[in-house]
Amino acid sequence: MMELICPAGTPAALRSAIDAGADAIYCGFNDETNARNFPGLNFSRDEMRKSIALAHGRGARVLVAINTFPRASAVDIWHRAVDDAVSAGADALILADIGLMDYTARRHPNQRLHVSVQSAAANPDAIAFYAETFGAKRVVLPRVLSVPEIAEITRESACETEVFVFGGLCVMAEGRCSLSSYATGKSPNMQGVCSPPSHVTYEQTADGTKSSLGGFVINRFGLSEPAGYPTLCKGRFSTAQGAGYIFEDPVSLDATTLLKGMRDAGVTALKIEGRQRGRAYVESVVRHFRRALAALESGSEADIASLKPFTEGQASTLGAYRKTWR
Amino acid sequence: MIDPSAASPGHLPTIPPLVAFAMRPLPLLPLQLVLGGVLQRIHRRNPALFDRLGPHARACFGIKPIDLPFAFVVEAKPPRLSVVRDLPPGLDARISASFANLLALLEGKVDGDALMFSRELVIEGDVEAVLALRNAIDDAQLDLAAEASSLFGPLGAPARRVFEAARRQLIGPPGQGEQSR
Repeated sequence: MMELICPAGTPAALRSAIDAGADAIYCGFNDETNARNFPGLNFSRDEMRKSIALAHGRGARVLVAINTFPRASAVDIWHRAVDDAVSAGADALILADIGLMDYTARRHPNQRLHVSVQSAAANPDAIAFYAETFGAKRVVLPRVLSVPEIAEITRESACETEVFVFGGLCVMAEGRCSLSSYATGKSPNMQGVCSPPSHVTYEQTADGTKSSLGGFVINRFGLSEPAGYPTLCKGRFSTAQGAGYIFEDPVSLDATTLLKGMRDAGVTALKIEGRQRGRAYVESVVRHFRRALAALESGSEADIASLKPFTEGQASTLGAYRKTWR
Repeated sequence: MIDPSAASPGHLPTIPPLVAFAMRPLPLLPLQLVLGGVLQRIHRRNPALFDRLGPHARACFGIKPIDLPFAFVVEAKPPRLSVVRDLPPGLDARISASFANLLALLEGKVDGDALMFSRELVIEGDVEAVLALRNAIDDAQLDLAAEASSLFGPLGAPARRVFEAARRQLIGPPGQGEQSR
């Protein structure tokens, strides 16, 4: 059966994920070394140690995401994160930076290493480089590939593959996107924050809500219109042809209906996005996919509730998994 | 296990307007004393919650249940709570939602982002402070019925039953977090 990899932004969310049936939980330290560096989120060193021990006691694994790119003047922060995650007993490190992979492979040669989606490793050559050079055992594939492409890459790679099945949908070249940086000076790649909340404002007007990022108006939502995150990629732009979403709509990925295709493609693990979300999200989404996987294994119809209430913009998409534009 | 129907936003009841209207003349001081006591107790029992707030621990939050005729002004450090008819100006952030959704958020039974997407939660002001507060509360796994009933001394057990019954009506049964703690 494919593994279910679940997000946790806090120790409580990690416990919720385990209770709901996660095979593994991914999480990060409360600093700029991980790509969800939001206020009040993430794990102290002590919380990480205790959470890993708890997870192991319950038969679950913990993957520590150290998936931002180190600043040249402060590499020690990232090296310390790697060392501390290893000593805390992490089952794998999820890394994006080549230098950090090199450090980990040399310093901790027995530590299992996964290639983060932030590495944007989207072809067999790139994946082979990480596997042969640093001994990477798994690659998290970017959300820009179709299912047949995933099958082809998995067939040609020595690495296990992991794909996103639910949550925020990033269609940019992950790890290279500069949109947030352009608007705020901070990015998920370096500071671990896409559209940092310190630069977000919501203004209530008679017509609804206006969301802004770094002074740029991102969107205006009518009073009862579903809303999305205030990210530039999901902004509503005014052009000569009219106003609309140019890069992508404010929707969430939901690949529940593609699980069989993913299994047939040889995918090892399914990942749920959302370390920034609350326990209620983790509990419900993890349980949803645990049921869907059980139904897939038994060949029965999945009797599962819709995840629509948890989706951005109250809508979902299969994204690039089902490409219709080629 | 969290009841999926309760965890999904859009399913929680609102206070009927007639009930809210009948509450208008009620004095606010008794409610302020009880809720202030609950906040003090949460402060004593959950130091990690205030660590998670970090630099936002001294922020002043205005919380407005949209279906009740009063609102709350809350500061975390030192813990202070006032019940007011209308939110004053000068707050760091304002949070408004139905009373049931606010309770469910406090107990981690609904997802704040999902409430934002469905427009059932409105935030104004310092978004970073609100996010820190949401994450800190979500990790604390608060049980408001237990916290409030502890203020009633020997009457704590029956008070807890009353609070739990009210909670069931508004937001469903206790969440996963409390059971697995």
